[in-house]
Amino acid sequence: MTAPQPDPSGHFGPYGGRFVPEVLMAPLEQLERAYQEARADPAFQAELKDLLANYAGRPTPLYHARRLSEAAGGGAKIYLKREDLLHTGAHKINNCLGQALLARRMGKQRIIAETGAGQHGVATATVCALFGLECIVYMGEEDMRRQRLNVFRMRLLGAKVVGVANGSRTLKDAISEAMRDWVTNVDSTHYLLGSALGAHPYPMMVRDFHRVIGEETRRQILEREGRLPDSIFACVGGGSNAIGIFHAFLGDAGVRLIGVEAGGRGAELGAHAARFSGGAPGVLHGAFSYLLQDADGQVALTHSVSAGLDYALVGPEHAWLREQGRTEYVSASDREALDAAQTLARKEGIIPALESAHAVAEAVRRAGSARGELFVINLSGRGDKDTDIYRENLKELDEPDQNRTAL
Amino acid sequence: MSQTRIGRLFKRLGAEGRPALIAYITAGDPSPDRTPALVAALERGGADLIELGVPFSDPIADGPVIQRGSDRALKAGTRVATVLQIAREIRKRSEIPLLLFTYMNPVLRYGLEALARDAAASGIDGCLLTDLSVEEAEPYVAAMRGAGLDTAFLAAPTSSERRLRLVAQYSSGFVYLVSRTGVTGERASVSSAVGPLVNAMRKVTDLPLAVGFGISSADQVRSVGEIADGVAVGSAFVRTIEQYAASSELETRLEAVARQLASGLPSKNRDEHGTAR
Repeated sequence: MTAPQPDPSGHFGPYGGRFVPEVLMAPLEQLERAYQEARADPAFQAELKDLLANYAGRPTPLYHARRLSEAAGGGAKIYLKREDLLHTGAHKINNCLGQALLARRMGKQRIIAETGAGQHGVATATVCALFGLECIVYMGEEDMRRQRLNVFRMRLLGAKVVGVANGSRTLKDAISEAMRDWVTNVDSTHYLLGSALGAHPYPMMVRDFHRVIGEETRRQILEREGRLPDSIFACVGGGSNAIGIFHAFLGDAGVRLIGVEAGGRGAELGAHAARFSGGAPGVLHGAFSYLLQDADGQVALTHSVSAGLDYALVGPEHAWLREQGRTEYVSASDREALDAAQTLARKEGIIPALESAHAVAEAVRRAGSARGELFVINLSGRGDKDTDIYRENLKELDEPDQNRTAL
Repeated sequence: MSQTRIGRLFKRLGAEGRPALIAYITAGDPSPDRTPALVAALERGGADLIELGVPFSDPIADGPVIQRGSDRALKAGTRVATVLQIAREIRKRSEIPLLLFTYMNPVLRYGLEALARDAAASGIDGCLLTDLSVEEAEPYVAAMRGAGLDTAFLAAPTSSERRLRLVAQYSSGFVYLVSRTGVTGERASVSSAVGPLVNAMRKVTDLPLAVGFGISSADQVRSVGEIADGVAVGSAFVRTIEQYAASSELETRLEAVARQLASGLPSKNRDEHGTAR
């Protein structure tokens, strides 16, 4: 961790960069300039800080989950970073507020976005309503089916949701379609990319807008415990919530940083979204990183019960941090995530997003043998949006007469 | 540097005073065994250079017609190695210049050096990767040039003069100018951005300039051919393949479309510098 990352050309070691059609190089360069200026502008920072505090609800609590800690075996003391309590129900709003301010600064009135679980789409629709910007959200038709509630929320907020019927009809195809829109409408449009993915400057910029998660966590845990945590857990799809909470701890060698990918329903290609165990370096949607692909370089289909983790490429900075040995990555299966969600619901009264439930699963798995240790889980989103999936997968809870006493 | 078939083509056409008709089809669409005959049909119809598309699962620069062509080719089992095999078949009977046209990841996965070597051995003349920016292109260009292959890059109406210079610097054979912002696909009219882009590019390079994206009629070929050294057509051919895939008429239909487009090529309209009037 010597040189600042990324380098001026957007590389995290060998990862990242800019792999896009030439048409998009000009808007990427414009965005990079605008972001560098905004970052150094106290007025921009002050407005963002005010919105994060008074509109979105920062700082979010760091909550000591006593009953979850007990249920996990009573070893580690588990804290939850409550990003699920933010406005719109997930960390995504941090980045959306930042990019919307940036779009306004660049004079772009039309915003496009992709969404998987719908959380980024809802956050984008929200900031567009707040700033009076036109909003078009691309969403795979399979995800629209899985996340009907969020589709309706986006429409309620005034956004147009465009279903994508190509390919696997999930997040990957939604990003492809958003990029095609951007290629066509570069002058009027800002692409509000929702994760630490894509071509430079997106992975850096999205990370920076989420760094506040880790900065707050660091301050809060020091106030509460007088020391840093031993381990921090975060789910990794593109990896924005993870990079956001990890970053403030990169220099603290004693803090283990653990990313949890989607193990899906099995280890074979197509059944999961665990890029580090099942993938190889490759290029998708503008960045070079670990990619699930076949032997011919075709992007593989992915599966996860959680739409937000169901993507073939991991954010490039994660690939670099892993290569440096600073972070580690594991996976949790669909089943483990569903079980962890139920545990958290019953022990703490918190229904997590299925994405975040993957991080809970790994923390619970390690907690029993971690006596005296401090764990922090980034609870990146709340689970209301996943009610339909929970119902599909936990049918035993959905019987009409479940609570009737036998006669 | 010894010239590829691409360099020799543009030299010859420059002397003849007419632009090249460049035809894109996705290799393996509708099936790998049919592609050599489709290329022969395009050549009979008047195509001067063939862009052989290597299908990719996530073609972000392509509109719906070529996306569907890629899907058909992938479903038919087309791989990078299949496309090279197709090129070897074509070379048994034809010397038409062949340019691989694809995205970065299949090439990266195959291996830059390995692809350059195997493509050259298969009779391929050059390569264009639509999502490879010149900033990331150093190792790729070194590998291709090392095998004697051309590397064409895209320039766009949004490219600054600084970027046009970079694109020219990394390109060999020709430079591919994108006629407008947007994905591939047929359009009713040629973008007004073409003229200024061609002029801006002429100021920074002597390489031949081809224009593509959105061109699908003889009239459009004529108007673009007045100012460019090559006119590239893709979706109109891929749409024809889609329409007649199951028909024994496919080759004759494709040849007719090429002939119709080639009829728009202007000729003898150039001054001694090869510059369009």
